[in-house]
Amino acid sequence: MSKSDKPQQEPSVVRLAGSVDLEHAPDVRKMLLDAVALGRNVLVDLSAASYIDSSGIACLIEALQKARSAGADLGLVAVSIQAMRVLELARLDMVFPIHDDIAAATAADA
Amino acid sequence: MTSASFQVPASEDTAEPLLELHFTACADRLKLIRDSIRATARMCGFDDGTAQSIVLAVDEACQNIIVHGYGERGEGIVILGLYRSDAGILVRLRDFAPRVDPTKVKPRALNDVRPGKLGSYFIREIMDTVEFRPGPEGKGNLLEMTKHTGEPQ
Repeated sequence: MSKSDKPQQEPSVVRLAGSVDLEHAPDVRKMLLDAVALGRNVLVDLSAASYIDSSGIACLIEALQKARSAGADLGLVAVSIQAMRVLELARLDMVFPIHDDIAAATAADA
Repeated sequence: MTSASFQVPASEDTAEPLLELHFTACADRLKLIRDSIRATARMCGFDDGTAQSIVLAVDEACQNIIVHGYGERGEGIVILGLYRSDAGILVRLRDFAPRVDPTKVKPRALNDVRPGKLGSYFIREIMDTVEFRPGPEGKGNLLEMTKHTGEPQ
């Protein structure tokens, strides 16, 4: 995340668990956009996300773009193996800030 | 419509039918479908990672039918056929939605980062062959995909 213009508050943390897929995309999208609307940086914990598809990825991209347009950022934390495979396949591992855990993300943002 | 089923295509006449599923085209059926695809891919000799990739590709194809094929016309029927072939796995996906123009099924460029349009990219990136055909008797669509194990035949 950019250190020069980042919000100074604690990041909002959104934990996604289970299938982040077409069925759950409307709920995931609302959770992410609600977090972005708080105006802080957002960390999305994917450690318990057992599956993610293009619908889930679309939610993450939309939230990332809205966060950045508002002067904040959105990072991914503890990305599961399956989710990382999908991110790499779409070459989005170069787009999202990715951290091992919340502590590492917070330290990187300090 | 739901009594329709597949015949093994001539090009894959040694393919062994392993599973045929008829399901309603709605999002809450996809987890059930994914579990079946994963188990079948493992039975065809794919490792866990490749089996999971095949799951993603077939899941995305099912989503395209749900969202773009039937879409606002409401739920329809999808038939998924999985076959073990000499080369690996053959997947056939049949729907009864309006005909798809394959030339319009195009993924977005990866450097054009925006929500959506990744499903078709995943399908083509993961599977070895992807072919859209008109459905039998001119009804609906038939998507045929293969993934090879890469082992000597």
